[in-house]
Amino acid sequence: MQTAMKRLLIAAFAVLLGGGQAFALTAYVSNERDNTISVVDMKSMKTVKTIDVGQRPRGILLTKDEKDILVCASDDNTIQIIDRATLQIVGNLPSGPDPETFALRDSGNPLYVSNENDNMVTVIDVPTRKVLAQIPTGVEPEGMAVSPDGQTIVNTSETTNMAHFIDYKTRKVVANVLVDARPRVAMFKHDGSQVWVSSELGGTVSIIDAAKRVVVGKINFAVQGLRADVIQPVGIRFTKNDAIAFVALGPANRVAVINTKTLKVEKYLLVGQRVWQMAFTPDDKYLLTTNGLSNDISVIDVADQKVIKSIQVGRLPWGVAVAAQ
Amino acid sequence: MKRPNRNVRNGISRRRAVGLLLTVPMLMSTARADEPAVQIGYVRSLERHPTISLLDKPTPNAGLAGATLGLDDDNTTGRLQGQAFTLVDVPVRPNADVVAALEGLATKGVKLVMTDLPGAAVLKLADAGKAHGMTIFNLAAPDDSLRQEDCRNDLIHVAPSRAMLADAVGQYLVWKKWTRWFLVYGSHPEDQLLADAYRRTAKRFGAKIVAEKLSKDTGGSRETDSGVVQTQQQMPVLTQGAPDYDVLIAADENQVFAGYLPYRTWDPRPVAGSAGLEPLTWDASSESWGGTQLQDRFERLYHRRMMPLDMQAWTGVRMVGEAASRTSSGDPDKIMAYMKGADFGIAAYKGQRLTLRNWDWQLRQPILLADGRTIVSISPQPGFLHQVTELDTLGIDRPETKCKLQ
Repeated sequence: MQTAMKRLLIAAFAVLLGGGQAFALTAYVSNERDNTISVVDMKSMKTVKTIDVGQRPRGILLTKDEKDILVCASDDNTIQIIDRATLQIVGNLPSGPDPETFALRDSGNPLYVSNENDNMVTVIDVPTRKVLAQIPTGVEPEGMAVSPDGQTIVNTSETTNMAHFIDYKTRKVVANVLVDARPRVAMFKHDGSQVWVSSELGGTVSIIDAAKRVVVGKINFAVQGLRADVIQPVGIRFTKNDAIAFVALGPANRVAVINTKTLKVEKYLLVGQRVWQMAFTPDDKYLLTTNGLSNDISVIDVADQKVIKSIQVGRLPWGVAVAAQ
Repeated sequence: MKRPNRNVRNGISRRRAVGLLLTVPMLMSTARADEPAVQIGYVRSLERHPTISLLDKPTPNAGLAGATLGLDDDNTTGRLQGQAFTLVDVPVRPNADVVAALEGLATKGVKLVMTDLPGAAVLKLADAGKAHGMTIFNLAAPDDSLRQEDCRNDLIHVAPSRAMLADAVGQYLVWKKWTRWFLVYGSHPEDQLLADAYRRTAKRFGAKIVAEKLSKDTGGSRETDSGVVQTQQQMPVLTQGAPDYDVLIAADENQVFAGYLPYRTWDPRPVAGSAGLEPLTWDASSESWGGTQLQDRFERLYHRRMMPLDMQAWTGVRMVGEAASRTSSGDPDKIMAYMKGADFGIAAYKGQRLTLRNWDWQLRQPILLADGRTIVSISPQPGFLHQVTELDTLGIDRPETKCKLQ
């Protein structure tokens, strides 16, 4: 831990000397059971502020210009807009009922929201705060992803067990790909060639060819001393060069490090309890994981593939977003 | 006042039952004209028993609501694959001719049939269905005999057996080191079977039944004005004089006395089994593994909480939908072949896939232990190990089975 701290200090100095970043690096964590967002200063690696938000906050992300934080207040049936400068709630987006997760098109608009209780995806125009469309998908829509070219949206449905491919222009479902039980997160590689879908109860990650829209591979996990049924993949993140994928394994309390060429799991990193969602800091230096049952986030040094710190946040942390500046 | 015989007890009046028959659409169809729909029958008991607590009063659509939600979920999924599912609801009154009800389904070409009838009727359906190539899904009968000597190849058990339920309670009590049990059982045949299940559990997991007592069903009405006074007197008397014990286990499937035990026992001891800490397939307080969203969807549709029978019916209907989805087929034979194969599993808000035991077609499942307000624990418990799956520490395992599937 001592050396880890030393590394951190050096890293912090490097950031200061670099002078490129005017603001301290900040992470925002939604706490599902506390109805709050923890503001985590990544320089001191501490929670510096807690914001009260709506009920059951889950999905969280930043707007393209990073001026606002968007958070799904699931039990309030809305998405709240929080001004980053003042940390005040400044508005709402008409998310439809029970929003859980969402994804922004790379251009910053529109926003695609999964309505878990209504078997729908809602498309929202962010600037005007208007609903553009509601697209019916499977039972209990969950994961949302937009392809890097912005032409395809993928939504997973937990009870239907499919990844639904939606065309950007027509807003119609154009393909349904059956995956293993209870799909949670869908994530495009940065090069757009594949979509990876985690199946919480199937215990696998399905690799879908984004063009052909068929499953072309499957990743299985095995951790010595753990029963197979506690390995429940959820969050997925790719490094910017797509070389490494990180998969959060839920109650296995581990993050799998996967070589995307060989599709081999190279390492299992022990993090907090029931690890759920993840986010990189800019330049992929750190990967942050939300650990629902230990009420903290783990900080993974991406280059070293080591967990260097855990930071206390609120109760049942669900999602995390990091501001680039 | 003599308590009416179980077979004629019926929480629903005759007039209301007829009304129900008229109002429930016989075919809840969302089938598309060009697709032959997968038909799921539901031979549904209209018998309702009085309950000790008003809060447990069964609703007219108990079970049906869960099946209908399961059907909705099947159809939402099916729509994406060009599949459609219909539910053919066949409500039957107590002592009705269940075989005739089944024949009616056979005429419609229904081959997959859910039922929440008691064990003896389930067996009748299974035997009568054989000639029509039907598979019966036992949603409610906990009889171990149906999974043992009376097992059938075309009989799938969605409901957990008494042995599974007793093991679920027993594992938790052993984990708590509350291993001295006082077993109080009722006088109905089902209570005797449930008591047997607890005796087996005690032997398997190293607990000791330090005393047993029979609580005779002598009739009597649900707790009204004078009832409070009575139970306050009766329950201490029933439970006095037991040797030192850790926990009282009640075996009372008909809800005659167990609900009156908590806080009224002679010694200050917790109650488990048919009251207190109860083994259940579902509880309205269960929020883990997406349970909240199922509860939300259910409450929005039916304006009440989801009960265990609803969950069992939902699961049975979803098993059909899942197998149809994986095989891309609406053919009942293909659906059943897949369901009985090694790849089948169903996600049912229990944190792991539920699969079928291929020696008696019992659905493996974790059992919730609920106190009526919260989920206290979920069995199997840590430390109860198994070479195949920990779920097989609940109930009759392969080496002990008396079932010869045919």
